[in-house]
Amino acid sequence: MNAQLFLKLAAVAILACVPLTGESFYTELLAKTLVLAIFAMSLDLLVGFTGLVSFGHAAYFGVAAYAVAQLSPKYEAASLWVVLPASVGLSALVALVVGLFVLRTKGIYFIMVTLAFAQLAFFVFHDTPLGGGSDGIYLNVKPSAEIAGWVPFDLDNQTHLYYFILAMLIAVYAFLGRILQSPFGRVLVGIKSNEHRMQSMGYPTFWYKLAAFGLAGGLAGVAGFLYAVVFGFVTPELLSWHQSGNVLLMVILGGMGNLVGAIAGAFVFTGMQEVFATWSKHWQLIMGGVIVAAVLFLPGGLAAIPGRIKRSLQGGGSNE
Amino acid sequence: MSEMNNEALLVADKITRRFGGLVANQDVCVNLYRGKVHVLLGPNGAGKSTCINMLSGDLPPSDGKILLLGKDITGLTAAQRSQVGIGRSYQRTNIFPKFSVLENVRLAAQSRRQQPWRIFSKAMEQQWALEKARACIEEAGLGKKVDWVSGVLSHGEQRQLEIAMVLATDAQVMLLDEPLAGMGSDESAKMVEVLKRLKPTRAILLVEHDMDAVFAVADTITVMVNGQVLESGPPAQIKASVAVQQAYLGSEDSFHV
Repeated sequence: MNAQLFLKLAAVAILACVPLTGESFYTELLAKTLVLAIFAMSLDLLVGFTGLVSFGHAAYFGVAAYAVAQLSPKYEAASLWVVLPASVGLSALVALVVGLFVLRTKGIYFIMVTLAFAQLAFFVFHDTPLGGGSDGIYLNVKPSAEIAGWVPFDLDNQTHLYYFILAMLIAVYAFLGRILQSPFGRVLVGIKSNEHRMQSMGYPTFWYKLAAFGLAGGLAGVAGFLYAVVFGFVTPELLSWHQSGNVLLMVILGGMGNLVGAIAGAFVFTGMQEVFATWSKHWQLIMGGVIVAAVLFLPGGLAAIPGRIKRSLQGGGSNE
Repeated sequence: MSEMNNEALLVADKITRRFGGLVANQDVCVNLYRGKVHVLLGPNGAGKSTCINMLSGDLPPSDGKILLLGKDITGLTAAQRSQVGIGRSYQRTNIFPKFSVLENVRLAAQSRRQQPWRIFSKAMEQQWALEKARACIEEAGLGKKVDWVSGVLSHGEQRQLEIAMVLATDAQVMLLDEPLAGMGSDESAKMVEVLKRLKPTRAILLVEHDMDAVFAVADTITVMVNGQVLESGPPAQIKASVAVQQAYLGSEDSFHV
């Protein structure tokens, strides 16, 4: 247990050192990766813990990203303390409304209907003035963290922004970890394992799933918000099914139902993207192959690796 | 019903279930009383599970009413019926195989005080639910397996676990679908003891094929054939019934009590 905590703290310490290198490119790349890690954790709440395979999670990511861009005045900074809760709240709200419909379906139908709603959202931003068309819109001035004249940190400063994102990642991780230990979280895991039995024990599972869907939407919104702030512009691509598929692959790659796995999945996925893209124009082909291999040979995802190593070590010991 | 002087807890009033053209249950009437075990007998396909599914809310009846203490509960969902005190076990073991025995039953206990908004409290620190779960596990005779992963328990133990889960929901009406199915004789005998212990304080509907067990616990037996009630009455009446013997028991060697 303590070894786990130590490893987590070490990982945070290493991540915290990145901006100190002064490598702007890597800092931004890692900032993006941390944002995707938050996104992946939010989806893991649905896929890995509640058993709801959503193929439209990018919608909630994108809604929050657009919300920041739209809520910010053109040439002034909006207040972080207003736009962050507003965009996250909006994502959660959209997820709750969509959830009312999609949660009436199960299995493959659920996958398809979540995708359909995400496509709907995509075209709303793509084809109406709301989203500024396929070019997207710029977030000219990043939100300001000022509280009554005092500025605790500056999101325009890359290092500050990086630490803000790292802090959000830790907060979301701790928040989800805590929720999963709560009676509510235990019910979600029960629903994943055997929803029918949960109903016959008196749980109105629809409302629990809706709460999870809204929560996951809101947390995807946290990621979407941060993404918009990091890159300073938003495009409909943020809501595209590629984006929904990518985050699903991160969760699967990392090992469903494991928050550290979701983070690891985001890191490996972005890492592979970067590396393979330098090798070949057809990097997606290589990526696809790697993912198929991972699913075949590592069914529990990256999160299962420590257990495997431990078992093979113990197995080796007992053979003698 | 002259010998029953207390009010029926659960009443099925002419419930009917059609699946397309097939009538799985037709005008089935069942009354369950506290302190009594009511056994549903019948050959495979007679409609016993359909009947239980309608009483538990897993299947809506096509026709007829279900009353709990005189109140119409026909429109309630399975979850709502559980909340008003109707608990069930399943013919095919229906548990959370990856969870420990304790967690299976703790979840059942938690269902009585769900408090989903308390997202920062820890489920494993809710002492009332843990104590309740341990007590129910003990009552179902699984006390020695509290911390086992439920999926590795023997078949009989999993059936006991199901009973513990029903108990943890404070069910006043217990609908038990073949709790002895697939059990060895030792396990069966234990389960019969458990049923006898539970009987005084609850109304129990039991679907069962094990005749020794049936006659050991039954107060009333209803025999179903082809979705209809053939005969209903005390065990002695059923045993003596010519119609029942012809329809169901006549060919059974096991019927010699």
